[in-house]
Amino acid sequence: MIVAQFWSAWELPLATILAGVLSSLPCAILGCFLVLRRMSLLGDAISHSVLPGIVIGALLSGNLLGWPVFLGAVVMGVLTAILTQSLTSHGNVSEDAGMGVVFTSFFALGVILITQLARNVDLDPGCVLYGLIEFIPLDTVKWGSWEVPRAFFTLVPVCIVTILFTLLFWKELLLSSFDPALATSMGFSSMVLHYLLMGLVAVVSVASFEAVGSVLVIAMLIVPPATAHLLTDRLGRMIVLSVLCSISASIVGYWGATRWNTSVAGMMSVVAGLQFLLALVFAPRYGLISRTWHNLSLSFRIIAEDVIAALFRAEEEAPQSAGLKIADCFRLAGGGWGPWLLLPLLKYRGLVLAAPQGRLQLTEKGRTRARSLVRSHRLWEAFMEKHFDLPADHLHAPASRVEHYIGPELQDKLKEELRGPDVDPHGRQIP
Amino acid sequence: MNGSSFITYNTLIVLLGTSLLGGTAGLVGTFAVLRRRSLTGDALAHASLPGLCLAFLVWGERNLLALLIGAFCSGLLGVAVISGLRRFTRIKEDAAIGIVLSVFFGAGISLSRIIQNQVTSGSKAGLDSYILGKTAGMLAQDVYLLAGLSLACFLIIVFLFKEFSLVVFDPAFARVQGWPAFLLDLGMMALIAVVVVVGLPTVGVVLMASLLILPGVAARFWTDRLQSMVWLSLIFGACIGWVGTLISANYSLFPAGPIIVLTGTVLFLVSMFFAPRRGVIARRFADYHFHRKLRLDAFLRRIYRAKLRPEQLASAKLTLSPLRMAVKPEPRIVQLAIEQGLIVPARENTVEFTRDGEQFARQLVRDEILRQQIILRYPQLSAELYEEDDLRDWQQRFPDEYQVLVADLPPLPLPSEWRAS
Repeated sequence: MIVAQFWSAWELPLATILAGVLSSLPCAILGCFLVLRRMSLLGDAISHSVLPGIVIGALLSGNLLGWPVFLGAVVMGVLTAILTQSLTSHGNVSEDAGMGVVFTSFFALGVILITQLARNVDLDPGCVLYGLIEFIPLDTVKWGSWEVPRAFFTLVPVCIVTILFTLLFWKELLLSSFDPALATSMGFSSMVLHYLLMGLVAVVSVASFEAVGSVLVIAMLIVPPATAHLLTDRLGRMIVLSVLCSISASIVGYWGATRWNTSVAGMMSVVAGLQFLLALVFAPRYGLISRTWHNLSLSFRIIAEDVIAALFRAEEEAPQSAGLKIADCFRLAGGGWGPWLLLPLLKYRGLVLAAPQGRLQLTEKGRTRARSLVRSHRLWEAFMEKHFDLPADHLHAPASRVEHYIGPELQDKLKEELRGPDVDPHGRQIP
Repeated sequence: MNGSSFITYNTLIVLLGTSLLGGTAGLVGTFAVLRRRSLTGDALAHASLPGLCLAFLVWGERNLLALLIGAFCSGLLGVAVISGLRRFTRIKEDAAIGIVLSVFFGAGISLSRIIQNQVTSGSKAGLDSYILGKTAGMLAQDVYLLAGLSLACFLIIVFLFKEFSLVVFDPAFARVQGWPAFLLDLGMMALIAVVVVVGLPTVGVVLMASLLILPGVAARFWTDRLQSMVWLSLIFGACIGWVGTLISANYSLFPAGPIIVLTGTVLFLVSMFFAPRRGVIARRFADYHFHRKLRLDAFLRRIYRAKLRPEQLASAKLTLSPLRMAVKPEPRIVQLAIEQGLIVPARENTVEFTRDGEQFARQLVRDEILRQQIILRYPQLSAELYEEDDLRDWQQRFPDEYQVLVADLPPLPLPSEWRAS
């Protein structure tokens, strides 16, 4: 629990970090749904348009951290969601433009209110934008025998409400995030859930605004969930990962801010961005490295198969020959430097043999594999001739692309389907 | 214009500057709005902050050109990152925009705080003005810069208008035809970046996005043609700048940036409600008239069926019609039918057809049966049947099928003929 005196070395940082964690946790959870529903920018819109509500609340209460501020901002947040929706459905405006109009207008209104009316109150426009997490531990309230930062009384309930909401509506949220039409047809209203979610986003934005400012709530709403999105396909794991990312971003961001004496909120979002970058590159399935590797290995497999298929076809035409010259073989397989690179691998795998006079020959293993490949090719050509309206010389090219993806199961199905003679459209035997 | 205040030289400078800025922003923003990328301008504005701060750190405060170039580079980098994320990863466009916006802006905030710690407070105010905007500091040379840039943007758009339109409306087709769609896209984004960066000192980061969006969105309500829309956006943008600055000059307590934005919002609202064909009010009217016509037609068809004898109904196979509703017809519809000379009131709360009325009603019933038959017998051809003169069009497109259906039509007598026989 939070302790009383904030003058010892570790208590102040702990309270500040805890404030950061508590602000970003609900954002990380709700942000997952926003990202999946392609509504990330509604969080952006809401966190800009709460400004007038905040200013009015601050003016009424004379203080930037208080309940009137919170209430004012929630009202503005829900109003934003409603207005954007009605502009889109009734006003005939496209969704992103509607959002842009609503939140920039509200933000302009807020700036006017700040500069005009805030002469009487000590309000710095900057702190409304970037937050004042550094001051949160200093504004405390007595609770029992402890001094608790007043902001925690907003942040903790908001966290709890968010977690409860997610657990309570888990199945509905899951379904309506991926298939809203199905959800509606199953009897619960996607619209109601949508507005509930938006209302909660507004509440969360406002609660977190005190810590990280109205414009940096977006970072916490979008970046950790996007990072988690790159790392997993399952919603439950995505939420957990998103929460972990936001917590670590808060901790490391605080450390960076104290190290370089800069804005805590700014550093938190930078760290979140760096985490995203790491996930982008190194994620196991969707990261750049993984996908490049996957694509490369697929390309190499295709080239290898082309090489042995070329050898097989040469053997078909001239059964007694001593294999094909390497250069000819590679040319038939499509040319380029790929086959040269793969030659040692092919030999290592036992698919080809080096023959005299710089030729290549298939091994038995290679022959079997090549036979299967050529069978796939010719079956597919026969299938295309039967069902598609393509001229005869248009069959070879598509078949040579598709052949690599047809396995034995599909071959059997094709054979069954064709039920015809064992020759392909060019009159060659199907092996 | 308010006669009691006169326009000073400074105010004139600011007026010219903001009008130029508004016009150019509207011009280039139109394409972004049409591509559903309105918020890219916002992302650009936020993403330019770190570049601005870095340039400040390296070159010092009063080198405006260096600052702008720094802002431009980092803004363009942000846009490139958005495109890259969208194209090469599973991250969708809105999340990509949000990521770039928040991370770059966070980096900018951190950098600006570092700057504030290093330099004296005088410079700090200069940097703050980029966030919220400060039109009063506009000088004549800024206006010259703006004028030059505006002219350049205008000329580029004029020369590349066809290419830009193609890329906006059908990028796939453009690529297939051999146009370098990616480069054109990048060029468009670069234009927007230039305008955003130049507009930063005036309206600030957070309000620049609206200058890009509002003129285009407002202009969209007034026209369906791209050329008119682009011209209108330019004019609207310039007006927004001019009027907004005038208002804020008269009431000098408010900063000009937000006032300009709110002027734009008013223009948008006026356009949205009052534009002749696409405005909300106009569409409500059109809807009302359309639904009224629908109800009138339904009413006449019901009267027609009611006037026929049971044997006629059976022989005419009119039981294939929609369910008979046992509700009273709306008085306004009845009145409308009387006004149009289709029916006349008769004894005991009934009505009688006029000559024109019964012919019109018979035509309606005939068309209704034809439509039903088309959907039942030629479902693949029935897709276009929801427009104004759909049946005539359909008859022209598929004359043979139409003949078949007409031959199968039941006999549809006029009520007066029956009574005569």
